[in-house]
Amino acid sequence: MTPTKFVKPKSLKQTHHSYCPGCGHGIIHRLVAEVIDELNIREKTIGIAPVGCAVFAYDYWDFDVSEAPHGRPPAVATGIKRVLPDRIVFTYQGDGDLAAIGTAEIIHAANRSENITVIFVNNTVYGMTSGQMAPTTLLGQKTLTTPYGREANRDGYPLKVCELLSVLDGTKFIARGAVTNPKNVIQTKSYIKKAFIKQIENKGFSLVEILSMCPSGLHMTPLEAVKWVEEELTKFFPLGVYKDV
Amino acid sequence: MTTTTKKLFVVKIDKEHCKGCELCVVNCPQKILVLTENVNKFGYRYVEVIDETKCIGCGRCYIMCPDYLIEIYEK
Amino acid sequence: MKKILQGNIALCEGAIDGGLDAYYAYPITPQNEVSAYFAEVLPKLGKVFLQAESELAAINMVFGTALTGKRAMTTSSSPGISLMQEGISYLCGCELPCVIVNVMRGGPGLGNISGSQQDYFQSTRGGGHGDYYTIVLAPFSVKEIYEFAKESFLLAEKYRNPVLIIFDGYLGQMMEVFDTESDEGKLNVKIDEPIDKSWVLDGTKNRPSRKIHSLLMAEGELEKLNLKLKEKYDKIRRDEVRVKFYNVDDAEICIVAYGMSARVSLEAMNKLRKEGLKVGLIRPITLWPFSYKEIKDVTKKAKKFLVVEMNLGQMIEDVKLAVKGEAQVYFYGRSGGSLVSSKEVIENIKRIL
Repeated sequence: MTPTKFVKPKSLKQTHHSYCPGCGHGIIHRLVAEVIDELNIREKTIGIAPVGCAVFAYDYWDFDVSEAPHGRPPAVATGIKRVLPDRIVFTYQGDGDLAAIGTAEIIHAANRSENITVIFVNNTVYGMTSGQMAPTTLLGQKTLTTPYGREANRDGYPLKVCELLSVLDGTKFIARGAVTNPKNVIQTKSYIKKAFIKQIENKGFSLVEILSMCPSGLHMTPLEAVKWVEEELTKFFPLGVYKDV
Repeated sequence: MTTTTKKLFVVKIDKEHCKGCELCVVNCPQKILVLTENVNKFGYRYVEVIDETKCIGCGRCYIMCPDYLIEIYEK
Repeated sequence: MKKILQGNIALCEGAIDGGLDAYYAYPITPQNEVSAYFAEVLPKLGKVFLQAESELAAINMVFGTALTGKRAMTTSSSPGISLMQEGISYLCGCELPCVIVNVMRGGPGLGNISGSQQDYFQSTRGGGHGDYYTIVLAPFSVKEIYEFAKESFLLAEKYRNPVLIIFDGYLGQMMEVFDTESDEGKLNVKIDEPIDKSWVLDGTKNRPSRKIHSLLMAEGELEKLNLKLKEKYDKIRRDEVRVKFYNVDDAEICIVAYGMSARVSLEAMNKLRKEGLKVGLIRPITLWPFSYKEIKDVTKKAKKFLVVEMNLGQMIEDVKLAVKGEAQVYFYGRSGGSLVSSKEVIENIKRIL
């Protein structure tokens, strides 16, 4: 049962990325690449990178990738999938890209059941721009723009994307994973695989939300960030499959 | 009497690009990964294997490494 | 073939005859006939039609289709085009061909649903952020709308750049007879070299992977892109200026106008000529690149120019730049969606002369 070797997937380029020590993006990029290799879809995959720390994702994946304006990946993905329905199209978005500026685009792409896959990385802060509050920042959580802690009456409540999107008839597979320990990582990879298979089978819109570490944005060491995500974040954003139809 | 030969594994770590996050260290069930005092050219302390013979090839270090620095092969 | 069509519908037929693959848009008056027509016709042709959730989404869907090398178009009116500026900047930065149509209405703000020419600056000065231009075509008849729509995809692909077609709401609503086979209104886009499609994103089968991006952080890289774009824009300035002259050879005063203002001015010019007054008309067809040199040449004879616009003075700045002080430039305009009239043009000309 034990694999005889663990080596980097083909869909990951040799480039060393510049993510911070302990950043979840590195793990998640690899999971996406592994799934694409295992499903043998590399040659027909087109990915869309976000605005955020993962803006350079096109330098790390070895398949066709485009940038998109902030929040717009689901609309760009729609524009690709509608004219090339046999290609595998996915977006990779952070909490600002998807849940702040891109809320209209994600809801409507989900509502239309666009046959695309969305990888949603939720680390509760805006890492690239130095750690501001994100829509998913917890109440009381201190960030660059909530130095005294997020307050409900001023800043609103953390957004629960999986729960929100599950209500729409157009969504066919919604799951939330985390990348804090090997068990979670393996579970998250299985969700990502299921999501891409949904698309391959033309079943409609799929999204995997992944709770991730942003040690820099959270002002924690990598191990402290892992602990916080695993213990605090999963309490508010429960892991699991929310929808599979 | 039957004897089982323990499988041996080779663990390769790209120390030059290690950022010392220690995600592999805390997840190794054999506790054979440590963050040394050595520093690579980027200024990070990096991880080394202290006893490769104890590796069971579970791959948890590979699974957790955000920088794809670890490769594990069966000897 | 002779047809009688509304401007907005001629736009649709021209686009379809020009090889449109996908149309994305959001409703806004005065161009709703376009999406209604496409909604009915495109599915029958096996082409993509999608009503987007906003103009913001629509321009990004155009971006997505453009990435694949297929022909995408969106249409909107002034406030919707404002929303698209971000997308247009990205389309230019990533060098993606596409066609965007602005059926101009009164503004600023919500304005009204009447026709205007108040988006000249928005169209020709970039509109969005960054140092870029879109080719801007200004039809003045239903035939020109048809022809420009038909050839705009080729023009966009020739330069890997968005093409913006702008016309006022009146032209969009107007019905005219035209002959699809006549040469009138044709852009005659020249293709000297095969169109480069080596950048298209359609899956990495049998080739290395590609990326499309306008973010260039390494030292000097963004300047390189900007210089590359400048070289492209300079080529467009040299090769793609289109302007039409009416009776300018002996004109003492020239009207400069485009779109509906040009139609009205044409009538005014004809009436004034009957009275013996030496009036000419210069009708820019490309608003960008603008016909600076061509207008300057006219100042050898004509020393007075009357710029007629359905705004309070936008193209006049380009005309002043063109004449370089060699002539007097006057202005007559109506704003807020009000139509210029040949009567008022005539009064203005007589007052100037």
